[in-house]
Amino acid sequence: MTAPPTPAAPDTGERRPVLEATGIRKQFPGVLALDGVALRLHPGEVHALMGENGAGKSTLIKVLTGVHAADEGTLLVDGRPGTFADPLQAQQAGISTVYQEVNLCPNLSVAENILIGREPRRFGLVDWKAVKRRAAELLTELDLDLDVSSPLGSHSLAVQQLVAIVRAVDVSAKVLVLDEPTSSLDRDEVAQLFSLVRRLRDRGVAILFVTHFLDQVFELCDRVTVLRNGRLEGEYTIGELTPVTLVQHMIGGELATLEELSEQAHEEAAERVAGEPLVQARALGRKGSVEPYDLDIHAGEVIGLAGLLGSGRTEAARLLFGADSADTGQVTVDGKAVSLRSPRHAVAHKIAFCSENRKTEGVFGELTIRENIVLALQAARGWTRPISRAKQEELTRRWIEALDIRPANPEAQLRNLSGGNQQKVLLARWLLTEPRLLILDEPTRGIDVGAKAEIQKLVARLAADGTAVLFVSAELEEVLRLSHRVAVLRDHRMVATLVNDDSVTPDRILATIATGADS
Amino acid sequence: MTNPPDRSARTGRPGAPTGAVPGAVLKRLAGHRLLWPSLVLLALLLGNLAFTHDFFDIRVQDGHLYGSLIDILQFGAPLILVALGMTMVIATRGIDLSVGSTVAIAGALACEHIAGSADPGSAGTVLGAVAVALGVAVVLGLCNGLLVARLGVQPIVATLILMVAGRGVAQLITDGQIITVRSEGYHLIGGGYWLTFPFAVLLAGAVVALTAFVTRRSALGLLIESVGGNPAAGRLAGIRAAGLLTLVYVFCALCAAVAGLMISSNVQSADGNNAGLWIELDAILAVVIGGTALTGGRFSLGGTVLGALIIQTLSTTVYTLGVPPQTTLVFKAFVVVVVCLVQSPVFRAKMSRRRGRPHTRSTGTADAVGRQQEVRA
Amino acid sequence: MSTGFATKASRLTRPRPGAGSRGASTRIPLLVTAVLLVAMFTAGSLRYDGFFSTQVVLNLLIDNAFLLVVAVGATFVILTGGIDLSVGSVVALSTMITASLVEHHGWSLGAVIPLVLTIGAAGGALMGWIIHTFEIQPFIVTLAGMFLARGLCYTISTESITIDDPATVSIAQTRLYGSGGLFVSVSVVIALVVLLLAFVVLHHTRFGRGVYALGGNEASARLMGLPVGPTKIAVYAVSGLCSALGGVLMTFYMLSGYALHAMGMELDAIAATVIGGTLLTGGSGFVLGTALGVLVLGMIQTVINFQGTLSSWWTRIVIGGLLLVFIVLQRLMTGRRAETD
Repeated sequence: MTAPPTPAAPDTGERRPVLEATGIRKQFPGVLALDGVALRLHPGEVHALMGENGAGKSTLIKVLTGVHAADEGTLLVDGRPGTFADPLQAQQAGISTVYQEVNLCPNLSVAENILIGREPRRFGLVDWKAVKRRAAELLTELDLDLDVSSPLGSHSLAVQQLVAIVRAVDVSAKVLVLDEPTSSLDRDEVAQLFSLVRRLRDRGVAILFVTHFLDQVFELCDRVTVLRNGRLEGEYTIGELTPVTLVQHMIGGELATLEELSEQAHEEAAERVAGEPLVQARALGRKGSVEPYDLDIHAGEVIGLAGLLGSGRTEAARLLFGADSADTGQVTVDGKAVSLRSPRHAVAHKIAFCSENRKTEGVFGELTIRENIVLALQAARGWTRPISRAKQEELTRRWIEALDIRPANPEAQLRNLSGGNQQKVLLARWLLTEPRLLILDEPTRGIDVGAKAEIQKLVARLAADGTAVLFVSAELEEVLRLSHRVAVLRDHRMVATLVNDDSVTPDRILATIATGADS
Repeated sequence: MTNPPDRSARTGRPGAPTGAVPGAVLKRLAGHRLLWPSLVLLALLLGNLAFTHDFFDIRVQDGHLYGSLIDILQFGAPLILVALGMTMVIATRGIDLSVGSTVAIAGALACEHIAGSADPGSAGTVLGAVAVALGVAVVLGLCNGLLVARLGVQPIVATLILMVAGRGVAQLITDGQIITVRSEGYHLIGGGYWLTFPFAVLLAGAVVALTAFVTRRSALGLLIESVGGNPAAGRLAGIRAAGLLTLVYVFCALCAAVAGLMISSNVQSADGNNAGLWIELDAILAVVIGGTALTGGRFSLGGTVLGALIIQTLSTTVYTLGVPPQTTLVFKAFVVVVVCLVQSPVFRAKMSRRRGRPHTRSTGTADAVGRQQEVRA
Repeated sequence: MSTGFATKASRLTRPRPGAGSRGASTRIPLLVTAVLLVAMFTAGSLRYDGFFSTQVVLNLLIDNAFLLVVAVGATFVILTGGIDLSVGSVVALSTMITASLVEHHGWSLGAVIPLVLTIGAAGGALMGWIIHTFEIQPFIVTLAGMFLARGLCYTISTESITIDDPATVSIAQTRLYGSGGLFVSVSVVIALVVLLLAFVVLHHTRFGRGVYALGGNEASARLMGLPVGPTKIAVYAVSGLCSALGGVLMTFYMLSGYALHAMGMELDAIAATVIGGTLLTGGSGFVLGTALGVLVLGMIQTVINFQGTLSSWWTRIVIGGLLLVFIVLQRLMTGRRAETD
């Protein structure tokens, strides 16, 4: 292969992997999450695990760390077969994990968080002096300067993350899995984290690093394993990759064929963008989720939000609905400033939003199709002004027919519907409110091909009728097919807004996602 | 994710096309969520018949109805009311532990008002007493509602405060005494008869009917079930949860106050210390037996009424058997545990795993009660 | 092209929610309680003759020894974020079993007490097991425990059982004198030993730290490899054990067993814990604070007794009011839930 990009990169060919997984298969009800996946981790390397949503990253980590058991495949630790019934056994075998959400106890001190469960004891009682001494030693070894008796909760997330790593390394120092540790850290904090990771690597720890930030992969990692749709896409040394090729490996697909799909949108793009914007965001942002961005949305226009998972595309959309409240910036509707403190206020301004988390934030599984459909309209009217039963049934029937929801029974319980049909119900709920701006966050994720095509058609039709649509999707193909303009997000920033004309190709978007600038 | 169409048809909406096959009707009946509470109640009543042969006899005397069944209804009326309010609170994922205190306060206020008036028998006095009791109940409900909805205190903790302080307040009102009142008008509420029926039963029936009407005819029921079933989705759908939460706590306090009036009216006295003691627990039990899950969402008013009647019948049975009445508690303890286990997803998963895959749709209790929650009457 | 907007400066000027305040927030309620206790004692001393004496303070302990033991048990449960509503009933059941076996069956105390303690601990462990294994809310499981224990009392006897057994009576009436004629009962000594043990267990054993970790974040505790299940079962067992011991002490105090003993004591125990600065959501609090909470409850009672014109129900009202203040205080300190609109 090509020459190692950094002097620290190990010659991976010779040493035995500390962790080797082959042929890992994991089936969940209805989903084959992992299919013949392999992963090799060598001592003293930082190894990135990359993949889009649903690629199987988190399932693989859970198999490696004993949260799930694999259905098939072998796991070798130091060349010996290992199977873990729970995270504790994985830890004992030398594999520790630091999760994205810090999994420590904020109410306990830093020292205690590092050593709890393994506190030095004297006469059966915890020896607090020794606890503090040992914790301080561990922190000093890794060049960290913290007051070990301060409560963990009084420190920033970044420091908590570092403490979690110190604990993990002290528990078992062979393999360290870092699951998106940087997603809510700022630049200085990331730098601090990386210097710790590099020190650990130099001490021979094998580090599996999961992230969505391409820069960080190139900055820190020696090798990359890419998963796609539950399969192993490939293992690469960092020198073989450029940001663009990495994104191509992750997203996959025959890029050349995408172009023709978007032609229809191309033709109309220019005219849709003309005129006064319906909704205008100025410097709208929220710390830790998306940096301030500007966006004009016109009636009848579909704007696609493109970017990798974790790029801030969902977060940007949520701010426009008041689902999360913005720290900075201003939104105007029809040129008038409005306050989007909560979804209720957004609904009042005829903005609608379908969350990507259909189950937890979208549908009501216990309720019927009819109840789910009328809910948003009813909520806007308040409980004292009910929609009559006859009207409810009429509306439900109309939308069941219009969107071909199955079963076509208004009284069917929503939890019994397929994902695609649940999504259609959710769409119907908002279409009933006659929104002027419809925000769709991953509306086609996890649903079958037929339903997907229908939803895409619906979006085009709505836009033709004058509704503005903000369309968030991980699938570039879909975004380009539907959108008149594409806003590209990268590392929590909106880096470009492109009019989707003939010059916009998937490659150009990919390049923008990969490099952060429109070439 | 497949979906047998018969599952949804079970809601049995009037006017909905029904499969006229007897098997389908039976199947729908078996899946109806009121089936199990109804069967339990029926079994209890029949059991009583075995001990007391005139148990089902109802006779008219002086234009009033008498009989064991009428007694169950009359003594069960306050519990039905409290459980009704509790149902709405539980549907929002809440709980109200303070209803017992509210019962005591309402009774104390009304009796104090009547005892202190010059003309205890007059309609004006009685109406005034009722108004005072209900007015204060609204304030108590608002306190609970504000703590839960505005300050975000866990419901169990928020209502605990009033549960502790409320008994003291009730005793403060009665000055620690048992206030006895002689007022025909007031006695009507809990002990009197109207159109040959016990007035309390009519009143409770009216409140249940009104609640059912309002929750199902307006959008209140739907919004409450949404907020309780999935609060995050409710917020994104634009539901104003704070207002709804406050409303259900006020409603619950009002129901408890009416129950308090009934109880004190029936015995023609107010006892700040013992009135409504432990009624919160009976009410929670009635709600849970009736098929409304403690985790919120779908609620069943019919189920709650059945649940309350089961508990009242149980108490009556224990009296008839001559067992010390307090031992009902032991029985209730087992009922609580069994009902909660049956509702627990973990327990159901464990049981179905034990029974093996082919039997996932068997008619075991776990499945039946599970379905009770899925399908609404 | 840097992430400039999230600069270090903005991070420093805008503290993270709860940052820095957590350490203080655990102590402020405790401080308030201590101040309250001193203020009540001072006010009482100024107003009432004979209030300002060490014996008044000791009497607080004598009259509330059983509550202290029960509240210590409740503190374990509340620290994990759970709740135990069965404690009052378990106390009553313990008085019943003790009185019945001693009076009606001629058992010696030496045999009865271990039995009662075992029953309490086993009952608690059973509730903990159900809560943990089937993931049912603690309040409903312990509610069932409350029914069961209270109901079992009545199966023993519906009447009060008075204890005349000389050995029991003599222990109950033993006064341990100190200098200056001051005295405490045996129960006080037992209660203080329990308090001390609880303190050591909570702050100096792995089990105790596990209790705090569990209350801080259960999912984290599990991922850190702590024995979550056993810890949960153990805290309910501790609560049951303390309730049973509280029942034994109450038997000494009342010299009787009665099914109506300790009515509503679960509320007093919870109130004492909260007033003592333990967060009802778990993870933060001190068992010594609980002792302060018990003393505050006792002091309210004492003040009301000394006042003479105030009736006993004021105790409940004042406790309720204090509970309100402390719960609102806790809520404001830990920050409002993200969005309640």
